Amino acid sequence: MAKKTAKAGWLELMKPYFEDMKHTLYLWRRNPLAIIGTVIIATFVFVAIFAPLLTPYNPNAQELEIKLQAPSWEHPFGTDQFGRDILARILYGSRIAMQIIIIVTLISGLLGVSVGIIAGYFGGALDDILMRVTDMFLAFPRLVLAMAFAAMLGPNLANMIIAISLVNWTPYARIARAEALREKGKPYVESIKSMGASNFRILFSHILPMSISPVLVQITLRMGTIIITAASLGFLGLGAQPPSPEWGVMVSDGRTFLIDQWWISTFPGIAIALIVLGFNLLGDGIRDMLDPRLRR
Amino acid sequence: MEMRGNLLDVSNLNVVFYTYRGVIQALNGVEFWMNKGERLGVVGETGCGKSVTSRSVMRLIEDPGKILSGNIYFEGKDLMKLRESEMRKLRGNEISMIFQEPNSSLNPVMNVGFQIAEVLGKKNKSMIKKQYPAAAEMLDFVGMDSDRVMGMFPHELSGGMAQRVMIAMGLAPKPKLLIADEPTSALDVTIQAQILELLDGLVSELGNAVMMVSHDMGVIAEFCDKVLVMYAGNSAEYASTEKLFSNPMHPYTKGLLKAVPRIGRTDELQAIKGTVPDLVDPPPGCRFHKRCQHTMDICKKERPPFVEVEDEHHVACHLFAEKGGEK
Repeated sequence: MAKKTAKAGWLELMKPYFEDMKHTLYLWRRNPLAIIGTVIIATFVFVAIFAPLLTPYNPNAQELEIKLQAPSWEHPFGTDQFGRDILARILYGSRIAMQIIIIVTLISGLLGVSVGIIAGYFGGALDDILMRVTDMFLAFPRLVLAMAFAAMLGPNLANMIIAISLVNWTPYARIARAEALREKGKPYVESIKSMGASNFRILFSHILPMSISPVLVQITLRMGTIIITAASLGFLGLGAQPPSPEWGVMVSDGRTFLIDQWWISTFPGIAIALIVLGFNLLGDGIRDMLDPRLRR
Repeated sequence: MEMRGNLLDVSNLNVVFYTYRGVIQALNGVEFWMNKGERLGVVGETGCGKSVTSRSVMRLIEDPGKILSGNIYFEGKDLMKLRESEMRKLRGNEISMIFQEPNSSLNPVMNVGFQIAEVLGKKNKSMIKKQYPAAAEMLDFVGMDSDRVMGMFPHELSGGMAQRVMIAMGLAPKPKLLIADEPTSALDVTIQAQILELLDGLVSELGNAVMMVSHDMGVIAEFCDKVLVMYAGNSAEYASTEKLFSNPMHPYTKGLLKAVPRIGRTDELQAIKGTVPDLVDPPPGCRFHKRCQHTMDICKKERPPFVEVEDEHHVACHLFAEKGGEK
């Protein structure tokens, strides 16, 4: 008896996951906004990866003879006051944006989820301490706090990423805590506890997977916000520094020329808006797809 | 201390729950013991402490609850003195538990195979992956088609199937004591009979002891060797099933038996008047005296001792406290 099950093995066991994926794909196809979001983000990822192949220009090469040129076939988005090609800078800027999003999401996601499930699961004094710390972070407007951290750490890209991560983990912590709190009261937790599971096992192999999906949705929804925060810090000079082609920095660079050479600030601004829109649409789509009430 | 049963000996167990209303004295001096391979039924009304007793044995009472005092000896080990890590080794190894609502007692996002394999992995200290064949064997053992069920998720199982999975999980580590907390009360009657029969067969095969918590006298009569009747956190009567049903002594046990409907029964069904007392402020003396037909003065003042009235028949009632058996 044992033999045949061993043979039926992994493929058979994985079948429900495949079925589930198929269903997810079906739900995705029926949601046009999610498709638009996916397309935008896919383009963004593609551009970030293949930036050098998509433009012949070096984003930082200055050519003062061609400075402040209006959009043309040669320079579709024009050039800035140093004669750098705006399109090239936007394409390369997507790499920075991507880097910011990934690192910030990883740091703040890990921090937030760990704090949240630990607070929710253990409860008591630990919960109080962790959640009051979270409240302290939430008490300040996020951008102001990020500015304070960035200014304190010194303005550069790495410090900006740390600053954004530090203000970004709080909502994840609250959501993860709420989920953990709800899950830990369920009979199955008592059941595995009666089977001798340690707190560590219960937390990471049972509570965590149950708490993670609302957090994931929140993470995708907030990726747009991360970009905005990063661009704002860049614009204010507290993030990436010129000549880095970070979009916020670019908008800031062009603002003195806004009346006569509108393209310098406008195109990076549009890029920011598009990416934020893309992430929001995708996040909404994922939320709908993961919502069990809308499934099946 | 000499153990009264060679597997488990619980004496003077006191458990409280701290709530905003006050301290709930959930268990107050519970006594019982079990031998190896024996089946003990624990009966009583809702809220009398059956489930708390079963969890106390595993030391699973959680905040705001607390085991105030008492001795729990399991195979000579004093469970109250074990460290949490040692207790954890015992759980799901020597003692395991199955629960009332099988569907919600399984993790909804993991398939059945994984959950059984996880228990086995812990017991055998091996990778969970390597335990899949053994988990499949357990599913076959409880009469399920393991090929089909291994990859299924709890929501795909009916109540009866889920309870079979729970039983497979509970028995997988080959425990010496299986605690079954109302394993059949969430199931309909036909499935209930099936599950009991299954459990009966498996337990006979494995020879482990079972502590069956139930409020169903029929289940107890059919399944158990011994019965512990609980009332408001006290051990009221403890006897072999035969003696308890043929010669109930405690007025509460008598009341319970009179309240069981039976086909062909002509006398009127009698409910015990009143309800279980509020355990924040339990009545002094015998906790049953307000509902008892034989209340004496002493019942209102003194707690009845838990005495052996006849061989293997223990009662906590003033009616039997002195003379033993005679009424």
